[in-house]
Amino acid sequence: MYRLQSLAARSLIAGALDQCSPLTLTSFTGVRHKSQGPPVEKYGQMRFITAEAKVATERLNGKMRERTLTMETLNPQVKAVEYAVRGPIVIKAGEIERYMEEGGTKPFSEVIKANIGDAHAMGQQPITFLRQVVALCTFPELMDSPSFPEDVKWRARRILEGCGGHSLGSYSASPGVECIRKDIAAYIEQRDGVPADWENIYLTTGASDGIMTVLRLLVSGKDSSRTGVMIPIPQYPLYSAAISEMDAVQVNYYLDEDNCWALDINELHRAFQAAKQHCQPRVICIINPGNPTGQVQSKKCIEEVLHFAYEENLFVMSDEVYQDNVYAPDCQFHSFKKVLYEMGPEYFNSVELASFHSTSKGYTGECGFRGGYMEVINMDPEVKAQLVKLLSVRLCPPLAGQAAMDVIVNPPQPDEHSFKQFHQALGMQPDMLYCLRLLEETGICVVPGSGFGQKDGTYHFRKVTLNMHMSHYVVFLSQINKTAQKTKNDSSY
Amino acid sequence: MAQNGCEHSERVLTMDTMNPNVKRVEYAVRGPIVQRAVQIERELNMGIKKPFTEVIKANIGDCHAMGQKPITFFRQVLALCSYPDLLEDSKFPEDAKSRARRILQACGGGSLGAYSISQGIEMIRQDVARYIERRDGGITCDPDNIYLSTGASDGIVTMLKLLVSGEGVSRTGVMISIPQYPLYSAALADLGAVQISYYLDEDNCWSLDINELRRALQEAKKHCSPQALCIINPGNPTGQVQSRQCIEDVIRFAAAEKLFLMADEVYQDNVYAEGSKFHSFKKVLFEMGPEYSEKVELASFHSTSKCYMGECGFRGGYMEVINLDPEVKFQLTKLVSVRLCPPVPGQALLDVVVNPPQPDEPSYDTFIKERTDTLATLAEKASMTQEILNQVPGIKCNPVQGAMYTFPRIHLPQKAILEAKEKGQAPDMFYCMKLLEEKGICLVPGSGFGQRDGTYHFRMTILPPVEKLKIVLAKIKEFHQHFVEQYS
Repeated sequence: MYRLQSLAARSLIAGALDQCSPLTLTSFTGVRHKSQGPPVEKYGQMRFITAEAKVATERLNGKMRERTLTMETLNPQVKAVEYAVRGPIVIKAGEIERYMEEGGTKPFSEVIKANIGDAHAMGQQPITFLRQVVALCTFPELMDSPSFPEDVKWRARRILEGCGGHSLGSYSASPGVECIRKDIAAYIEQRDGVPADWENIYLTTGASDGIMTVLRLLVSGKDSSRTGVMIPIPQYPLYSAAISEMDAVQVNYYLDEDNCWALDINELHRAFQAAKQHCQPRVICIINPGNPTGQVQSKKCIEEVLHFAYEENLFVMSDEVYQDNVYAPDCQFHSFKKVLYEMGPEYFNSVELASFHSTSKGYTGECGFRGGYMEVINMDPEVKAQLVKLLSVRLCPPLAGQAAMDVIVNPPQPDEHSFKQFHQALGMQPDMLYCLRLLEETGICVVPGSGFGQKDGTYHFRKVTLNMHMSHYVVFLSQINKTAQKTKNDSSY
Repeated sequence: MAQNGCEHSERVLTMDTMNPNVKRVEYAVRGPIVQRAVQIERELNMGIKKPFTEVIKANIGDCHAMGQKPITFFRQVLALCSYPDLLEDSKFPEDAKSRARRILQACGGGSLGAYSISQGIEMIRQDVARYIERRDGGITCDPDNIYLSTGASDGIVTMLKLLVSGEGVSRTGVMISIPQYPLYSAALADLGAVQISYYLDEDNCWSLDINELRRALQEAKKHCSPQALCIINPGNPTGQVQSRQCIEDVIRFAAAEKLFLMADEVYQDNVYAEGSKFHSFKKVLFEMGPEYSEKVELASFHSTSKCYMGECGFRGGYMEVINLDPEVKFQLTKLVSVRLCPPVPGQALLDVVVNPPQPDEPSYDTFIKERTDTLATLAEKASMTQEILNQVPGIKCNPVQGAMYTFPRIHLPQKAILEAKEKGQAPDMFYCMKLLEEKGICLVPGSGFGQRDGTYHFRMTILPPVEKLKIVLAKIKEFHQHFVEQYS
């Protein structure tokens, strides 16, 4: 209880969840406790009142609308879905914004939406190289333009050659454009030093799409044989939402807050044993680097998890969308696949693993393109055919997102024209780094000056002047000071 | 484990442990025949000799893949949105630039790379609402009833998800046309809902017969709880454009039987036949007066993948929901938030589609020419296809009034049917596989869409370029005649 309360406090300030949520137990565990009363009504309080009023009026006017699709006939699994993203606080933020647009005054000049993992919305600039490639793919007439370098052009040509009719407007094969899948395999090989088969790579509409698809395959059984899905607490609420929607059983394992949110193998065992009483645990989900917690798991920890999965016969889903967001100097990203390989053939040839990546995070932050992929290891070949069949129903992931993914795995090389500019952009602006650290360590959210523009060589951040109580303000200032000192002393910055 | 000598060979995820609903899903448009076609293409690339030099993939409604060109204006705006530095490039017309600027202003951080709100960028929904109002002769459209989606398929699956509940005899039943676009049957299988088939009338241009709707519904009530009626207009695979009268009849039926109406209107600009006209379900609903327009629950779907745009790869689309229960609407918004938002480039594309160049703008002439040419070519191909196939004894082709396909009936000799059954293949799959192996033409057997027992069809797109289409049709004619001889 205490853990969750402190989490709640943290999330209010720092928006630790990907987007804001009401401060209920559900937001963190996805499991509704009886004491919390009926779901949703709390969520949509304003809307509910409006809806009720509307219905009441209609009844008054004698226009009894007997609908087919009501809360009674609605899919109960949909009702059960709780997705903390875009909840009441964000709705309220939108209302305040509209109020201010219409001339209303508030004790601040704008709402800063520091709730979502959306880099561009916070002022991060897209990577020029990536956008140039996408623009060329979109409008190939630009191939004749001298303002695009050759390294951009050949990548765009190559992508288009892989597209039907050489157009981004064609459907691709359902697993994605073949040459892009091959590029991703090559990238993974280079990253891990481990062979990757392009036929194990599936492009997806953001990582979320791939995660939901794999979960869908895994859900089966009834009552005590119903699929149990092990997820970390705290978690990114896509997992709990998917589990609700698919009527699977959520099996919580708690990350260890006192140890940097590390995964504790004993806790995994505990959760697993407890779950076996009422479901059939089939899958374990890990988010590394972690969302919302930001921890980067050690190699040893990953080994333990894989060994656990091996022993207990669990399908492993490793959500690695933040693999390029590692800041702490003593931390390193280890892909689950690489660690599995290094554990030897007994493990590498048997543990079923799906790893997920996305264009939304990292250094490109291309959320809106909905690009992503998953690599699937050791999947039963017949099941794999079922996976391909399932993917085919939605035809294909958006081509622009596939193109963006291709650029990420195929960045400019040292001998190429765009290399220098590309790597300058990657070295994040120092004030962005500072603000990220401030957020991670103190839960205080401010906006880096680079998002607004500033004199070269100077760095700023912008904080909102709220009606803060003086005592809070003092704490706020001292935290800023502490972080400034740490940053100054940290040579990695 | 290894030390104990235990064999760790049993997978977690096998055909036995996987989701049984997924096993029931079939999607013929990309099914086994297409997989074989891709394999043959690979063989050709490796230099293996075949009785043909290329595989012509007339299985999928993908215009660009068959050589149709994108609309220049749309791609200009999208390029400008993707790489705003191009706003300084004098080679782009001002009307494209102003639209790009406007779209970017509506995006978080002025970038296509930011998530949008889950329902879709508000400004774009407002533009879509205005487009719908213009299309429907001024009938009001509330932007809050518009949900942008990842292609129309996404919206359709979302609505079906909402509708599915109950168990056993009270399990949701959804009425779908036979033949149908197999997204519907696939989604129903995945969701474990009950499919209620109503047969379109092949002898009457694939029109909808209310008596048939009634029959199907009465029958279905015995074993499920019918909640929804899906209709594709213009039709896929059948190409019929329903008359206004028919649409009114369907609305009356839905009102009387309390069915949620789902109108798949992605081919609304693809209307070719003389005397055929697209009537949106919403427009007809409202013109029928408040007794219906305030009562019938309707979801209409549209997409950027078809019509004259053919931008399948951008996955753009929207749905308009009418008379949705406000609490349910809230649930809908919650559900779509789980996938965060539809691809923003697709949203941007949709915006230009509903906001095309106006007569006083620099890009207008080119735009109109491109649009007219594209639609005219499709019309030409529709008519040519129908004419040529109807010349083949044993093939009967209904008029291709709209959409992008022909769904002719093929008469198969009894011997062929028997051989197919021996092989465990649907007879029309047997036919289509042979056509693929012998002529390199990839079509989709009618069994993938549904058809009356004892009848056989195939679906072919009318999308290959005119000259190639002539060749395809000639080859089909040859093949059919030979096939019939062979199995006489």
